[in-house]
Amino acid sequence: MNLSQYIAEKGYKDNPRRLVEDLIQLVFLILGLVAVGSVLVITVYLVVSGLPAIFKIGPVEFLFGTRWASTASEPAFGILPFILTSIYGTAGAIIIGVPIGFFAAVFLAKMAPKKVREVMELCIGVLAGIPSVVYGLVGMTILVPGIRILFNVPDGATLLAAIVVLAVMILPSVINVSLSALQAVPREFEEASLALGATSTETYFRVTVPAAKSGIFTAIVLGIGRAIGEAMAIMMVAGNVANMPSIFKSVRFLTTAVASEMSYSSGLQREALFSIALVLFLFIMIINAILNVLKTGGKRK
Amino acid sequence: MIERISGKRKAWCAMMRTFCIISLVLVTALTAFMLIYVLVRGLPHVTPELLFTKPSTLRNTIGILPDILNTIYIVITTLLVVLPIGVGAAIYLNEYATNKKVVEMIEFAAETLSGIPSIIYGLVGMLVFCQFCSFGTSLLAGSLTLVIMNLPTIMRTTQESLKTVPESYREGAFALGAGKWRVIRTVVLPTCINGIITGCILSIGRILSESAALLFTAGFAHNVNGFFRGMGSAGATLTVALYVYASERGEFDIAFAIAAILMILTVIINLLTTYMGKLMERRNGQ
Repeated sequence: MNLSQYIAEKGYKDNPRRLVEDLIQLVFLILGLVAVGSVLVITVYLVVSGLPAIFKIGPVEFLFGTRWASTASEPAFGILPFILTSIYGTAGAIIIGVPIGFFAAVFLAKMAPKKVREVMELCIGVLAGIPSVVYGLVGMTILVPGIRILFNVPDGATLLAAIVVLAVMILPSVINVSLSALQAVPREFEEASLALGATSTETYFRVTVPAAKSGIFTAIVLGIGRAIGEAMAIMMVAGNVANMPSIFKSVRFLTTAVASEMSYSSGLQREALFSIALVLFLFIMIINAILNVLKTGGKRK
Repeated sequence: MIERISGKRKAWCAMMRTFCIISLVLVTALTAFMLIYVLVRGLPHVTPELLFTKPSTLRNTIGILPDILNTIYIVITTLLVVLPIGVGAAIYLNEYATNKKVVEMIEFAAETLSGIPSIIYGLVGMLVFCQFCSFGTSLLAGSLTLVIMNLPTIMRTTQESLKTVPESYREGAFALGAGKWRVIRTVVLPTCINGIITGCILSIGRILSESAALLFTAGFAHNVNGFFRGMGSAGATLTVALYVYASERGEFDIAFAIAAILMILTVIINLLTTYMGKLMERRNGQ
């Protein structure tokens, strides 16, 4: 079909306003597709620039090698220390942060008076808005010396410091998402439980919380995503040495491995940094997929 | 009727309640501590000299005027680019889209974007904007990277407020013979302006606190430039400057001064979004 036929069929000649309307709709469609295009570009660029180095180094050696010495005369590119550090660090942050966030959310959703809730919402908003470098700065000046003195280790810039900072940083999203899940539980559930003689606290924890289960899981997974992707704050407190992770050792995460060497990298080292970013991206994509499953699962119910 | 609750149950309830209260006190204390500690250590160093000069190696002084200007430039440029795209995408999703597959695809993409960590944006921004588009390490490249990061935020807030525009407004305008674009422009958009402003405020907050994505795209320079020259050259924003001063140069006083400024801005932004939220609630309640 050629253009003139198309114009005739759509009736643009007799009705130029329709042409304008259709053009505007097309513009909006293009604007809508910018997000899709961005995701594609990011994925393609990461895969194209990240894959070659993995094959040059050897996938097994890259993923399971325990030694990272990118600038040595005989360089080694094993990123297992980074992967494990990211997993341990995230797990630690979840273990500390989620219980605190969960109990705070239950209190805010069910027990807090309106005034307390309003003040707390502001607090959580501020906590979420504080730039990560500020967390890093406070961590550097309080947490790092504190850990050194408290546990009597030579340097306080350790995995532990990073875990504490990450735990604080995931708090706002854990609280907010659990809070809205808890608030969405129908009031009838609680009334039924209260009518059967359960106390209010029992009702909240035995009825409301199980009913909001999928929302709370979402909060945890979201927290995992936040923690695994954080770079600057933990770069400032974790000491940044490519050790295998241990709670009182200076460590390097997937994110900080990329951030700390990018500015002076070249050749295979630079390519390997892109491969690390690709691995990180895969982790994030898995987390996104889990979030999606949780979301559609929640809707079906 | 007398309720009989066993001691074990009472103890369990008391324990759970205590956990709740302890957690809440912890969160509050943490926020208060962060605010007070940063302000106490930082505010004394926020002097006019710091705010209105640039760093000078001759006199060995540090000023953050260039960083403040860079931050303002980046905020302006990012918003100018992201607003039309984000609002337009939201309008498409809410007003035009008829194909469910397309809607799902766009929404999935937006969600994916909001989950990608900023360090990855930094890397891809460097590859795409600095190298492929050959903008070099510049504020422009940094802004464009932030545009993609903030796209989901603007899309989501706009879409949420588009959904609150009553269908009767649109029907009324259509009945008067207005075309679709005219209805959107003159009826729908003005009604949801609050949501768009909220999105802007949230984005400003994100831009102010962003550092990892800007490190490799916008660079570290501290020069005072006009807007257009500034966009074309490298420059540090406040957060990047904070990182450099704290981590690489050990200038903790300067770092805390910047942190105090950022902290005050964070609180202001939060008060503003809360206020906007209340405003919208009141309107929707009517």
